[in-house]
Amino acid sequence: MKGFRYLEDVTTLQFDPARCTGCGRCVEVCPHQVFAVQGRKAELMDRDACMECGACAKNCAARAITVDAGVGCASGLINEWLQERKLLKGIKTGGCCQ
Amino acid sequence: MARIGTVLQAADHLGACLARWGINRMHYLVPPGLYALGNPTPESPVLVTANYKMSFDAVRSELGGHDVWLLVLETYGINVWCAAGKGTFGTEELVNRIRLSRLDQFVSHRRLILPILGAPGVAAHEVTRQTGFAVRYATLRAADLPEYLANGAVTTARMREITFSFYERLVLIPVEVMLALKPIAWVGAVLFALFYAVGGLSAALTAFGGYFGACLTGIAVTPALLPWLPGRSFALKGAVAGVIYTACFYLGAGGASWGWPLAAAAFFAFPAFSSFYGLNFTGCTTYTSRSGVKKEMRLSLPVMAGSLAVSLLLVVAAWFV
Repeated sequence: MKGFRYLEDVTTLQFDPARCTGCGRCVEVCPHQVFAVQGRKAELMDRDACMECGACAKNCAARAITVDAGVGCASGLINEWLQERKLLKGIKTGGCCQ
Repeated sequence: MARIGTVLQAADHLGACLARWGINRMHYLVPPGLYALGNPTPESPVLVTANYKMSFDAVRSELGGHDVWLLVLETYGINVWCAAGKGTFGTEELVNRIRLSRLDQFVSHRRLILPILGAPGVAAHEVTRQTGFAVRYATLRAADLPEYLANGAVTTARMREITFSFYERLVLIPVEVMLALKPIAWVGAVLFALFYAVGGLSAALTAFGGYFGACLTGIAVTPALLPWLPGRSFALKGAVAGVIYTACFYLGAGGASWGWPLAAAAFFAFPAFSSFYGLNFTGCTTYTSRSGVKKEMRLSLPVMAGSLAVSLLLVVAAWFV
């Protein structure tokens, strides 16, 4: 992605080359060009560009990719925290991702 | 099966405009199912999209002169990207919709063209295993579909590179403002009442105006100026915009007459609000990650809370000491 870059060393993306079959699906679905197929396997080209959308893991038939995907906005995460601690029982909060 | 046009009417543009402002946004949808665009034959390509009307319109309006099938999934009026994130634009719905619409009787081939932003919800290999249809993720933007179809279903590097242009950021702002109005009004009312009780109407208006502007700085100005604000952290970008805003507000609202404790309180509190709403915009971007936002929150929320606490102490000191 040109012009924008987020924090380094935070992504939970994990790639296991031993399982990779080189099908190229991860290259096809990633909007940030994190993967490229080199020879007969995929390779991580730009791990820190990952936005953890989960498209690659979801579409990897060989299960070579894992990532903790999910909502990425502050209010969404605060709502999650509150709900996990049962502080929001019955209260419906506004937000973009309902 | 319905036949649909490719030219958007005034009502379509108006509906989209209202939805951008949060009006009827959660009910702006079309029925799911199979649609014919132009005069498709059994060999014509099948494109898949969501049943948010703005998504549906974005796709059909780009395909004037084309003969294609449009398979619309039930995403409950949510766009492709957000619906994929929560799984409604997903494997299960796609498989069901293929069966419910009897797609295999309308087309002789077994190929589906999906938007790249739908991939977080759909496992292509699962769809193929369950239905026999092969999935291709074509482009990020509907606008690139004509070129994709014309050049023999080849996705160029440009078609799969995401962008976040000034305009793309700008159209997101209205609904963010509308969604934030309620919490802003609650906090603002408390602030107004406090300042009114101690300092009178003029003080209350100044405090409320300053606070409201600080929120808007985070919600609207920070996204608009995103690439020009320093750092990678959205909390930091929001805070910087907030400090600049507070300086402007201080000069414009006669801050010299406030006395130093109240002036300092403004410089502690206002940027904290800008920073919070700046951080919240991570939910709208096309490049921030959940883990990154978590890290930002761990570091910045305590700073914001501390900043507000210091501000509150300064206000109390200004009034009672």
